[in-house]
Amino acid sequence: MNSEKQKAILEILEQDARTTPEQIAAMLGVDSEQVKQAIQQMESSGVIRRYKTVIDWDRFGEERVFAFIDVKVSPAREVGFDDVAERIYRFPQVHAVYLVSGDHDLRVIVSGRTMKEVAAFVAERLAPLDRVQATYTQFVLKRYKEDGEVYAETEPDRRLVMAP
Amino acid sequence: MKPLSQAVASVPPSGIRRFFDVAAQLEDCISLGVGEPDFVTPWHIREAAIWAIEKGFTTYTSNYGLFTLRQRIASHLKARYRVDYSPENEVIVTVGVSEGLDIAMRALLNPGDEVIFFEPSYVSYAPCVLFAGGKPIAVPTDYRQGFQPDVHRLRQAITPRTKAILLCYPNNPTGAVASRHVLEEIVRIAAEHDLYIISDEIYDRLVYDTEHTCVASLPGAAERTILLGGFSKSYAMTGWRIGYACAPAPIIEMMMKVHQYTMLCAPIAAQKAAEEALERGEPEVERMRREYDRRRRLIVERLNDIGLECVPPQGAFYVFPSIRCTGLRSEEFTEQLLWAERVAVVPGNVFGSSGEGHVRLSYATSLPKIEEALHRIERFVNQRRT
Repeated sequence: MNSEKQKAILEILEQDARTTPEQIAAMLGVDSEQVKQAIQQMESSGVIRRYKTVIDWDRFGEERVFAFIDVKVSPAREVGFDDVAERIYRFPQVHAVYLVSGDHDLRVIVSGRTMKEVAAFVAERLAPLDRVQATYTQFVLKRYKEDGEVYAETEPDRRLVMAP
Repeated sequence: MKPLSQAVASVPPSGIRRFFDVAAQLEDCISLGVGEPDFVTPWHIREAAIWAIEKGFTTYTSNYGLFTLRQRIASHLKARYRVDYSPENEVIVTVGVSEGLDIAMRALLNPGDEVIFFEPSYVSYAPCVLFAGGKPIAVPTDYRQGFQPDVHRLRQAITPRTKAILLCYPNNPTGAVASRHVLEEIVRIAAEHDLYIISDEIYDRLVYDTEHTCVASLPGAAERTILLGGFSKSYAMTGWRIGYACAPAPIIEMMMKVHQYTMLCAPIAAQKAAEEALERGEPEVERMRREYDRRRRLIVERLNDIGLECVPPQGAFYVFPSIRCTGLRSEEFTEQLLWAERVAVVPGNVFGSSGEGHVRLSYATSLPKIEEALHRIERFVNQRRT
């Protein structure tokens, strides 16, 4: 299967991971066995890392607090920022870690059940790490869009039910 | 009181009205009967229109439309189809292709002039010809020939009163795309009999596994062709009511007269939005086209599995399967499907008598809805298979 078709499979799965190989095969005009093979191969090579569900926890009624924490780190010979980044991302409450340009070095996204919990994590776990010089915490007040997903009421279909 | 207009009275009311009324009331009804994209206009286009309104673009424009928009339309068509239209006097911005069609007919026709078009066809063609005092002549096309226009039948339909041939490829409702070869032949026939060609190419950007042939680009066509195009389908801009007509200057001048005294100009905010669409809309057009294409393949495969045979449409966003396996007529099928399974489709006969025995399904509908609708249709067909 050519890489264009593989890319198309990925795009379809990225939209809806539950699309079956048969459906994908029909959509792309290829054989479903080929689709299964391509998916398996992309799973084992790590292109497809895993399948997740996009959940609106707010709507479920579960409180989740997110904070962006900008971290200033003094780099070390040989490893740069990688070792500190690793020590940070191993904590399960850490949602994301990026090395960024600008005033700070790492941008960390942390989640917790309450602001207090997140604040405690920063004070007790993050800030005391070796070579961490400063942290700057911003709590998320409202999430509008994340990973391409808009967290608002979906726009209704305003079209007439039938039109020529 | 005195009787109202005969020309208007002679046109039958819309064939989908009664189905529409039922479908609109049914809860949980999935509609595959909509002739417009399910996408909302891309945000950058909406944003450009909002900006234009904020900046006070709220006036009339030139009757022809904004010059900058006409320039963009001309260069867009030149780049895509190698056709040459002067933005000065060969392009007019219309209120959708609908208006373009109307003013084209009124500019061309004298009472009794005949306009030939291929059927099944978009529902407005015959009425537009009638309103302009002409006589619509429908030439049927065939499911077995993939609804390709039949040049032999076309020749037979030509009379001394024939004035024009009206084409629509990619086609609503069949999704057929006429081959370049056939279109060339039609142009030759038009030249032979000195006929005008009106080519409604509103679906030009929605073709799959093939290239769109712009009729005006064919040898000998430009001088006798009115090319109608628009933004509704390719850019998901149906509600903006914005399109264009291109033709040799003397024809545009005539159309312009009608336009000027009836419409004045297309809405300026829509014109600004159209400029943005041409300027930066390409990635979105391709994104939507690719999405339609995937749905198209899925729906065609499933319909054939179910037993509603269809030739894969190469354009637009419609499939026009045969319902022969149910033994039902188009309207019976539509009505029963609506009541039994709450799926709305359009009966093929509203597009002309050669559409009888078919229904039109639009795949401008989200995939999960298409899936669910196909599931219901399968159940329906299984219970009625003859």
